[in-house]
Amino acid sequence: MRRGASIYRQAQIFRENPSEALEEVYKVYENIEKKENILKAYITLRPLEDVLKDVRKSLESKKPLSGILIAVKDNISTEGIRTTCASKILENYVPPYDATIINRIKSSGGVIIGKTNLDEFAMGSTTETSFFGITRNPWNIDHVPGGSSGGSAVAVSAYMAHMALGTDTGGSIRNPASYTGIVGYKPTYGFVSRYGIIAYASSLDQAGPMTRDVLDAAFLMDIISGKDPMDPTTIDHGIESFSREIERIDPGYLRGRRIVLIRELWEGADRDVVSTVSGYIDKLMSEGLEVIERSFPEIIYSLSAYYVIATAEASSNLARYQGILYGLSEDPSNKSWTEYMAKIRGEGFGREVKKRIVLGSHVLSAAYYDQYYLKALKMRRILRRGLEEILKDADAIATPTTPTTAPRIGEIRKDPYIMYLADMETVTANLIGGPAISIPAGFINGLPIGIQFFSLPGKDLEILRIARASELKTGLHDILST
Amino acid sequence: MSVIIGLEIHLQVTSSKTKLFCSCSADYRNSPPNRNVCPICLGLPGVLPKPNRYVIEKAVQLALALGSKISDRLVFMRKHYFYPDLPKGYQISQYTMGRYSAVAYGGSLEIFVKGRRKIVRIRRINIEEDPAKIIYPEKDPWKSPYTLIDYNRSGIPLLEIATEPDLSDAEEAVSFVEKLLELADHLNITDPSLEGSFRIDANISIEGGERVEVKNIGSLKDLEKAINYEIIRQKRILETGGKVVRETRHWDDIRGVTVSARHKEFEEEYKYMPEPDIPPLEIDHSYIEKIRSLMPELPWVMRERFIKQYGLTDYEAGVLVSRKWLAKYFEDIARIYNKPDKIADLLINDFLGKINERGGRFDLVRARPEQIAELLDLLDKKVISIKILKEILDKIVFDGEDPKKIISEKGLTVISEDEYLEELAEKVIRENPKAVEDVKKNPKAINYLVGQVMKLTRGRADPEKINVIIRRKLGLLR
Ligand SMILES: [Zn+2]
Repeated sequence: MRRGASIYRQAQIFRENPSEALEEVYKVYENIEKKENILKAYITLRPLEDVLKDVRKSLESKKPLSGILIAVKDNISTEGIRTTCASKILENYVPPYDATIINRIKSSGGVIIGKTNLDEFAMGSTTETSFFGITRNPWNIDHVPGGSSGGSAVAVSAYMAHMALGTDTGGSIRNPASYTGIVGYKPTYGFVSRYGIIAYASSLDQAGPMTRDVLDAAFLMDIISGKDPMDPTTIDHGIESFSREIERIDPGYLRGRRIVLIRELWEGADRDVVSTVSGYIDKLMSEGLEVIERSFPEIIYSLSAYYVIATAEASSNLARYQGILYGLSEDPSNKSWTEYMAKIRGEGFGREVKKRIVLGSHVLSAAYYDQYYLKALKMRRILRRGLEEILKDADAIATPTTPTTAPRIGEIRKDPYIMYLADMETVTANLIGGPAISIPAGFINGLPIGIQFFSLPGKDLEILRIARASELKTGLHDILST
Repeated sequence: MSVIIGLEIHLQVTSSKTKLFCSCSADYRNSPPNRNVCPICLGLPGVLPKPNRYVIEKAVQLALALGSKISDRLVFMRKHYFYPDLPKGYQISQYTMGRYSAVAYGGSLEIFVKGRRKIVRIRRINIEEDPAKIIYPEKDPWKSPYTLIDYNRSGIPLLEIATEPDLSDAEEAVSFVEKLLELADHLNITDPSLEGSFRIDANISIEGGERVEVKNIGSLKDLEKAINYEIIRQKRILETGGKVVRETRHWDDIRGVTVSARHKEFEEEYKYMPEPDIPPLEIDHSYIEKIRSLMPELPWVMRERFIKQYGLTDYEAGVLVSRKWLAKYFEDIARIYNKPDKIADLLINDFLGKINERGGRFDLVRARPEQIAELLDLLDKKVISIKILKEILDKIVFDGEDPKKIISEKGLTVISEDEYLEELAEKVIRENPKAVEDVKKNPKAINYLVGQVMKLTRGRADPEKINVIIRRKLGLLR
C-alpha cells in the first residue's frame, strides 16, 4: 500500500484486484510479527490462516469493506471471540452474540483481525490498567499510547490493522489518537449503536472509528452508524453517506469557516502543546479559516461533573459481574452469597475499577445524591446551554486534544490527579453528547500531538469537513508508515 | 388500637406475549427451566433494554380505570441490590424522585365489606421487571444445600400498584386485592388463576407503633393469614409495653409466620438512578385518548348492566362479573338461550364449582356456549332431569361432548311413557302399605314413595310427574 493512502481508496483497489488485498493481509501480519511482541496492541489476535480464509470469502462478495482488517477494542462483544474488557473478571468470557456494529462490519465484508488492549473496563487514559499488561506507543516505546482505546490506536498507527473501532466515554478514542498520530472520531451520542458494547458510563459511551485519515473515519461511519432497534438511545442521523460528503472536501472548504478557541481549555495545556497546535491553526487561517476567542468559565467544572456521572453509571453497570452466569467464578460451597460475590468481585476487578465503583456508589447513595449526582446533571445542562450560545455563529470549537503528549510509562500512575486532568479537553463533548474528532497536529520531541474539533450534537458533518480540509491543507495525514 | 394497612400489589402482565425488555416468550410457566432466555434477560455484558410498548399501554389502561393521573413523561429507574435472582445487579423499575416519576399517581378503587362501601385511594402505579426465580431443592431454603436459578421469569413485566394506608383489617385488604384482580382480569392484564401471577407486600402498623412491611405474600389466603398474624404480633408487643420497630419482614407461608428480614443493610440503599439506556418516553394526550377509546367495559359498569339487562340479583351479577371469561361466557349463552336466571343458576351453582375444583382454570373448558344452551333447553323440555344434568355436566364442560349425544348413548333420557311410570307407582304402593298410611295422615310423606319410584328408574324420571301419578292413585288428586 502506498504511504498516505486512504483505506477508503484501498478498498476500491481490493474490490478490483483481490490479490492486492491478500498482499496487504501478509503485510499487516508481517508488521505484527515484527512489532507486537513489544507494542502489545492485541489481547486476542486471530490466527493468520483464519483471517485469510475470511478475507478470501469477503473478497468474493465484493462489499464496501471486502478485504479490510478491522481491529476491535476488547470491550465490544464479538460472537465466539473472547471479550475481556482487559479485566480478570472477564478473562475467559466468550460472548454468544455480536455487537450491532460488529454485525454491520461483518455484513459489509469487513474482517475482524483481533481484539485490542484497553484500560480495564475502559477506565483510564494510558492503557496501563489492563489485566493483560501495558501497550506501548509505537513512536517511542517508553511512552504510553494513551487510552483507554490504546490498543486500537497502536494497531492503526503501526499498520497492524487497516482501521479500528474504539469507544469514547470521556476521550478514550481521541486521547490515544492524539498520542499515536492517528484520527479518532467520537460521533454524536446516539449515532452509533451501543448494543453489545460493554458499558462503562451508558449516557456518555459512544463507539467510533480510529483511522489513518478523516476520509477513512467517514467511510467507517457509513457502515457502523444509524438507528438500531436494539438500542433505544440511537437516533436517525439522516446522512446518506459520510464518505461521499467528505470525499469532495478540499482545503478551500476552510474559507469563511469559523472556529472558537475557549480560553479555559487552552490554559491547562503544556506550553509546547499550545504553540504546536496554535501553529497548526495559523496554517489553517492562511486558507481563510476565521478564529474567535471566547471565555466560558463554567467549563472547568466539566471534569468534576464527568467523574461524578461516569463513576455513578459505572458502579451500576459493573454490578452485574457476580460470578454466576459468566466470567470469573469458583466453587461456591461453604460460602454465603455475599461472601461469594465479594470474593469474585474482590479478585476480579483491578484497583482503578474498584476505586471508581466505590466513588460511584457513594455519589448515588441517598444521602449524597443531591449533592453530587444531581448537581452533575445540572452542570451538564449548563454546559449544553453555554456551548449552544458560543456556537451560535461558529462551526466548531478547537482545542489541543490532550494537554500533553504521551506521558512516560508509569509516570501518570504515580499521580492519579494528572491522569484525570488528561481528560480535561475531551470530556465536554461527551457531557453534551456532541461529535468530536482528533487529528494529528504535529510533533513535540518525536511524539505526536492532536488537535480536537468538537461541536453540538448532530454537527458531525461540520467537524468532519473542517478536519478533512485541515488534514489536506497541512499534509499531516501522511505521517503513518505502512 | 386502630390498625392501618397499605398494600403494594405486583401484577404480572400475563397477557404480554414477550418480556418487558426483550423478545423472549413471557410464557415461563409452560417452559422447561432457562429456556426462554436471551442475552438481554440474562443481563450479559453489553446488552440494552428495549421497552415493551404493550405493557406501557396496559399500565395506562389500568391507570385510566382507576382514575389515576397519568404522567406526561415515562422514566425508568435502576434499583440496585445484589441478589442471585437479579442478573444485572439492578432491577429496571420506576421511582418518584425529582423530575423522575412513575407511570401514574392517585385514583381509587371502591370495595364493599360488611355491607359498607369504602373508597381505597391509590398512591401510584409503576412498571418494573420481575427477577429470576430462585428454586430451593428442599422446601425450606435454610435446609437446602444449593440454590437453583430459573431465568425464564427474569424480565417478566410487572405492574406495581401501591395504595394509601386506607385499609383497616385483613378482610378489607383481601376484598381490595380481589377487586383489583377482577379489574386486571377484565382489562386483560393479568390472569389471576395463574400461579405466581400476583404478589403482595403489606405495610401494617398499629396506633402507637412503627410501620412494618411484610413481603412475599403470594395468595389471598396468605394475605389474610399474614395480616392477622402481624396484627396479633404487634398488639402483643405493644400490650406488654414493648416497641414495634420499623422493619421489613418476610411471610413464611410454610410456617405461617412473619420473619424479620436478614441483610437489613441491603434494604434501604437502592442507589436509585435514572436508566440511561431508555430515553424518557413522552405520553401525550392523543395517546391516552386512543387507549381510552379502546378500553373494554369496566367490571363495575358491567355488573350494573347485568342487573338491569338480565334481571339478575346483585349477588349473581357480582359472581358472573368476577371473572371476565365467565361474564363473556354468560353473555354468549344468553344470546342463544333467553332465560338468564337459569343460566346464572347453572353457572354459579354447578359450573363454577367444577372450575374451582380445577384451580379456577377456565382455559380447561371445552364446552361451547351453544352446548350449555342446549343442555338448559333439554332440562326445560324435561328430556332430562336436573340430576342427569349434574351427572353429565363434567363430560360436557371439560370434554366438550354434545349433550344430546351423551344422553342417547347412555340411555339417560327421562322416561316419559306414563304407562310405565304408572306401573312402577302401583308396584311401590303395593309394596309399601305403611308408607301409604303415612301419606294419608301427612301428605308430605309422599316424598318417600316418589323416591322409591325414582330409584326403580335409576333417577331418570321426572320426580314431579311421579308425584302427580302417585297422588292420583291414592285419591289425593283428581
Ligand atoms: Zn430475553
